[in-house]
Amino acid sequence: MFHREAGVFKTTYAADMALYPLPIAKWTMVVLAILFVVVLPLVLHEYQLSILNLIFIAIVGALGLNILVGYTGQISLGHGAFMSVGAYTAANLAVHLGLPFWLTLPAGGLMSAAIGVLVGMPSLRIKGLYLAIATLAGQLIIEWTINHVPAISGGAQASIQIDRPTLFGYVLKSQAQLYFFLLFFAVLAIVVTLNLMRSRIGRAFVAVRDQDIAAEIIGIDIYRYKLLAFAISSFYAGVCGVLYTYYFGIANYEQFQLIVSIDYLAMIIIGGLGSVLGTIFGAIFVTMLPILLRVVLESAGSLFFSDSELANVISGTRLAVFGALIIVFLIVEPEGLNRLWRNIRSYFRVWPFSY
Amino acid sequence: MMRFVKSTLGLAVATATLAFGAGEAFAQQKELVFGLQCDRTGPTATVGVYLCPGYHDYIDLVNSKGGVEGYKIKVIEVDNEYKVPPAMEAHERFKKDGAVVEGLYGTPQTAALNKKLEEDKIAGTSPGFGTANAADGKRFPYTFPIAASYWSQAGAAIEFAKEKLGGSLKGKKIAYLFYDNPAGKEPLPILEDLAKSEGFELRTFAVPAPGLEMGAQILDITGRFKPDFVVTHLFGKAPSVSIKELKGKGYPLSKVIAFVWGGSEADIIAAGGMGVAEGYNTIQFAGVGKDFPVLKEIAAMYKAAGKAAPKEMDSTVYYNRGVFIAAVHVEAVRNAIKAKGGGVPTPEEVKKGMESIKGLTLDGLVPPMELTAADHEGGGWCQVWSVKGGKLVKSKDWFQGFRAVIQKQLAADASKS
Repeated sequence: MFHREAGVFKTTYAADMALYPLPIAKWTMVVLAILFVVVLPLVLHEYQLSILNLIFIAIVGALGLNILVGYTGQISLGHGAFMSVGAYTAANLAVHLGLPFWLTLPAGGLMSAAIGVLVGMPSLRIKGLYLAIATLAGQLIIEWTINHVPAISGGAQASIQIDRPTLFGYVLKSQAQLYFFLLFFAVLAIVVTLNLMRSRIGRAFVAVRDQDIAAEIIGIDIYRYKLLAFAISSFYAGVCGVLYTYYFGIANYEQFQLIVSIDYLAMIIIGGLGSVLGTIFGAIFVTMLPILLRVVLESAGSLFFSDSELANVISGTRLAVFGALIIVFLIVEPEGLNRLWRNIRSYFRVWPFSY
Repeated sequence: MMRFVKSTLGLAVATATLAFGAGEAFAQQKELVFGLQCDRTGPTATVGVYLCPGYHDYIDLVNSKGGVEGYKIKVIEVDNEYKVPPAMEAHERFKKDGAVVEGLYGTPQTAALNKKLEEDKIAGTSPGFGTANAADGKRFPYTFPIAASYWSQAGAAIEFAKEKLGGSLKGKKIAYLFYDNPAGKEPLPILEDLAKSEGFELRTFAVPAPGLEMGAQILDITGRFKPDFVVTHLFGKAPSVSIKELKGKGYPLSKVIAFVWGGSEADIIAAGGMGVAEGYNTIQFAGVGKDFPVLKEIAAMYKAAGKAAPKEMDSTVYYNRGVFIAAVHVEAVRNAIKAKGGGVPTPEEVKKGMESIKGLTLDGLVPPMELTAADHEGGGWCQVWSVKGGKLVKSKDWFQGFRAVIQKQLAADASKS
């Protein structure tokens, strides 16, 4: 029941694509489900839950970007703007029509998907850096539009306050309550992505990424699949934006500027392009590393510096170490944290009898 | 794959728990915790590196004199890099460590924390950040702008222009040069309102982010519109560019007034030096310069410890704002402790303490403001400091520009929502 296989023994495609290749996988799932649903909310302080909540939201957004960049090979610098589209759609629907979150959330995603298809149009003709610039233009146009159209932004301050999500008359507002709310959507996003990538659509995405002319020759409609990738990716981004909106209680486009797009790109590149697990690693890494570095520097730094110097030292060192760690990780393993993890796993799979 | 997905998540959480558990601070008796968000590395680092040391130094000074009503103060600072998610993390950390009051940093961060502060019942101060309507304590009970909002600054700028132009603005032309973001657009309703009531012609000139290229707008202002006065509301490096460009086109800087984020020593020096910007006017919400007893006490404190006064003190505009924020926090806590007869105040009581701040002046470094449950702005007091003979000189003492117009706007905004 708890054994692992000592090599590759798969003989059918079905076995290769199974979500649970071994019984141990199912048991791990059960343990993790209990851990996340029962143990962690009981054990962790609200503060730690708040960090997990930020990671959950980041996972949803990063998964969307990885579908586009990692799986389909289309670069995008407009991910932050797609989040803001979702955020404002949901906020406007919630404030003006009084819709509940289970309607505003998919609506935000769908609106974002529609805009994403528009911004993704240039991908039909251009690739690589050219597409990066085209999507960068998309980011700036969306920012400008929200800033200058009061009907969307809700006035000069460009921010719309919304109420906390309610479920069956129960208001979700503490970090613990929001934890379950966000956990649900993070798990949903993970499961959907895993299955999407096992389907015909997912395989078509990968084919387009690896060689689009070849993909076209074997009968994949690359226009359709490129736009579909943009739509799905933007849908995730929109949902991520809606989650941020409910989490902070406000839609504000300054929360979704270009730097956010870059941060999410960093997450998937560090974690591993074209991998769900890597996306999760990346989201954890980018969210947690600054916090962990601060904690370490706070306790270690007080030995060497006075309090007034320490604040500057922490901020500066944190940034430098964060950058250096990214470089180190990518030199050690250019394919990201996911590959690193796989290497460790395949080493131990046959350990100690590796020959 | 799912199992690894989940198992790694779990692992990370376990590490985090360990790391945080070790770093957890247990508040000793007679110690109060203040939370301070700061930006020392992000886009507004030019402000943060001066403002935050000012905050720390004032708290150190209070501690060195025995604390506030016998309580020592411990400041936890978190650098949010002007990003929103870390701001939420910072707030949760302050809450975990038992912070009684919190200094916010950044406009989007303030917006994102408004609701959380109210739910957690911890007062947060946002001088120069956040939205003007947060002055309304009934709508935003736990958000305290404590300094003149952009609406109040707009009122002050027009009042100053009116005074400079001989007491009447009838038939005059005023240009408003602003950064094209929500904060830049915020004063527009006040300016438009005043244009009608005072009878001047207002024209607005937007500068797109990042605000380093405004040649066309300046040419439009100086060559075509030819205004009698220019009001600028810019951020980051943009104020320096505006000084340089206006000067280059021969516009007299004595007819230019900048909002609060365009008037630090660093902005003026970056535009070519204090000597170049002769006449440039800046709105301030805290006193400028080193001529305050509290700053001398801080310098003396450093000297007593055998150290030189920190170089941050030379950037008096931002440093003094840090001192100002710290002084307001300390005063709020003092009021709360006094109201409780010396007992340990809760964050909610500190909020009430903040709402009873009155007569705190630090010999002119802090405006004569009066915070109440309804007015979290404290009256919207401003000073104008101008460049004269190579340094910033006070040219108009604390005043409230067109207070009635701002209050009307606040009421209108409240009835809208």
